[in-house]
Amino acid sequence: MSTASQWKNPVIRWVDDRLPIFTYMDHEYQQFPMPKNLNYFWNFGALASIVLVVMVVTGIMLAMQYTPHVDYAFDSVERIMRDVNYGWLLRYIHMNGGSMFFIVVYIHMFRGLYYGSYKAPRELLWMLGVVILLLMMATAFMGYVLPWGQMSYWGATVITNLFSAIPYVGDWIVTLLWGGFAVDNATLNRFFSLHYLMPFVLFAVVGLHVVALHMTKSNNPDGIEMKGPQDSVPFHPYFTAKDSVGIGVFLLFFAFFVFFAPNFFGEPDNYIEANPLQTPPHIVPEWYFLPFYAILRSVTIDFWFIPAKLMGVILMFGSILILFILPWLDTAKVRSAKYRPIYKYVFWIFFADCIALGWVGSQPAEGNALILGQVATVYYFVHFILVMPILGKIETPLPLPTSIAEPVTGGGGGTSAGAAAAKMEKS
Amino acid sequence: MSDTAASPEAGDEDAERRDFLVLAAGGMGVVGAASFAWPLIHSMNPSAEVLALSTVEVDLDPIGEGQSITIVWQGKPVFVRRRTKAEIDEALKGDSADMRDPQKDGDRAQKADWLVMIGLCTHLGCIPLGQKSTDPKGEFGGWFCPCHGSHYDTSGRIRKGPAPKNLPLPPYKFVDDKTILIG
Repeated sequence: MSTASQWKNPVIRWVDDRLPIFTYMDHEYQQFPMPKNLNYFWNFGALASIVLVVMVVTGIMLAMQYTPHVDYAFDSVERIMRDVNYGWLLRYIHMNGGSMFFIVVYIHMFRGLYYGSYKAPRELLWMLGVVILLLMMATAFMGYVLPWGQMSYWGATVITNLFSAIPYVGDWIVTLLWGGFAVDNATLNRFFSLHYLMPFVLFAVVGLHVVALHMTKSNNPDGIEMKGPQDSVPFHPYFTAKDSVGIGVFLLFFAFFVFFAPNFFGEPDNYIEANPLQTPPHIVPEWYFLPFYAILRSVTIDFWFIPAKLMGVILMFGSILILFILPWLDTAKVRSAKYRPIYKYVFWIFFADCIALGWVGSQPAEGNALILGQVATVYYFVHFILVMPILGKIETPLPLPTSIAEPVTGGGGGTSAGAAAAKMEKS
Repeated sequence: MSDTAASPEAGDEDAERRDFLVLAAGGMGVVGAASFAWPLIHSMNPSAEVLALSTVEVDLDPIGEGQSITIVWQGKPVFVRRRTKAEIDEALKGDSADMRDPQKDGDRAQKADWLVMIGLCTHLGCIPLGQKSTDPKGEFGGWFCPCHGSHYDTSGRIRKGPAPKNLPLPPYKFVDDKTILIG
């Protein structure tokens, strides 16, 4: 498709013959075929990469003003807010950018769950996405510690103490993480170092995620593969334009919080300087960790030889790690929930379950909230371990359209590979 | 890009409209990017608490004739020297000499006794020696920069060596006979 000779400009041709960046860009971001039936949920990958860039750029500027020392960290953040030119803006963008990142990525993930984007041949693409989620969580957690407020300190204490649940070596690991016998200056310093490092690791994995995406091409709302040029449109101008619209709307949403509700996602307690001698009465993590926090707290009884504390940690990490094997847990051959009459509802039940867990995580761990959390935790794992494998076997999918270009009009032709495979599976 | 979507019957008018849209959208994009970039860049400029340190008051009373002190103004050393009669005469004599950066001594000292200068060599920013009585003062009896060998006279003017300019003068005024305000 693209050869070196297509470049008329001699300088571009000279470079491209030696380092084919122009050919690469042309191939991957101009000519690159996109399914022509994508809806706006396919904007969120581009949005996530925009947020990552915004976070890195504002983060680099903030790091120039921040002091990673227990005696100065809190004051240096206040100095950023009051004395540094536009420091309030940089900090509010960075602070809310964390929340924006998770909003965008969670929508991106639920999009993948609904339309079956994790299924063959996109398993590695999905798994790299889960790695990105884990890196984001680690980065966000360590970033939240840096302002050295009460929530920073006690959040760091609680989360690092999770590792003390590991049998035999737990305490040793926690001491290693802290660099001392409590969260202290050594901890703050290493968190700052790692918080700066992680986004670049994130960039690398995002790069792999994009390479994998460009290998398999985008999934689409019908969940069937592109069969030829009639099913696709080039990335440019169709998706550069469509992504730009999405980016515009998203930046308005982002800017609303930065300028009009900058502390909407935050906890007032984090404007109190860290005090190692007093825990706030009700400590909660940032909203994006609430469902996982709820799972952690739901385990109140020992499981045979596994103590409740360890089981909570196992389930909390397990709730994310289970996503790695989702492509094999889901036995349905049809990707899109559009053509899965039962999964369509199961998906929304699972979505509601995640929201319920999030609400439970924000409440004190007692009474009805605790019971709801336990039910929701059980269902979370039932969804993956029982519902997904069994549903794929018993559900009769709707007939798939024969191609993206010719959406099915009646109940007729399910002749595509996906539908045929699904039928064979059942017979 | 204009040819990608153009249908065969689309005339020049459509192409013009498309070019206009591309330019208008691109222009807005540039404005947006620039208005995001400016706060990032401006955050590196001196912050409010740095700017708040822009003036320093110096009490001249304890400085005896022939003595110097070095004070910090905006993070830079400022030389305040109470010159001797001999040094003033030497500086006035130098007014007629051939210099790289000619300046009269009268233009460099508001009061002949008191010389107030920023103590950074105009070559590459080292601090010249000459504040202490035991320091080397160079061939012209003023200051000598050990980094690359610039010689300054008793008025702080460059007389020999690589430095291009005389030692700069900070803005200052006498609040009263015994106090100056720098900045």
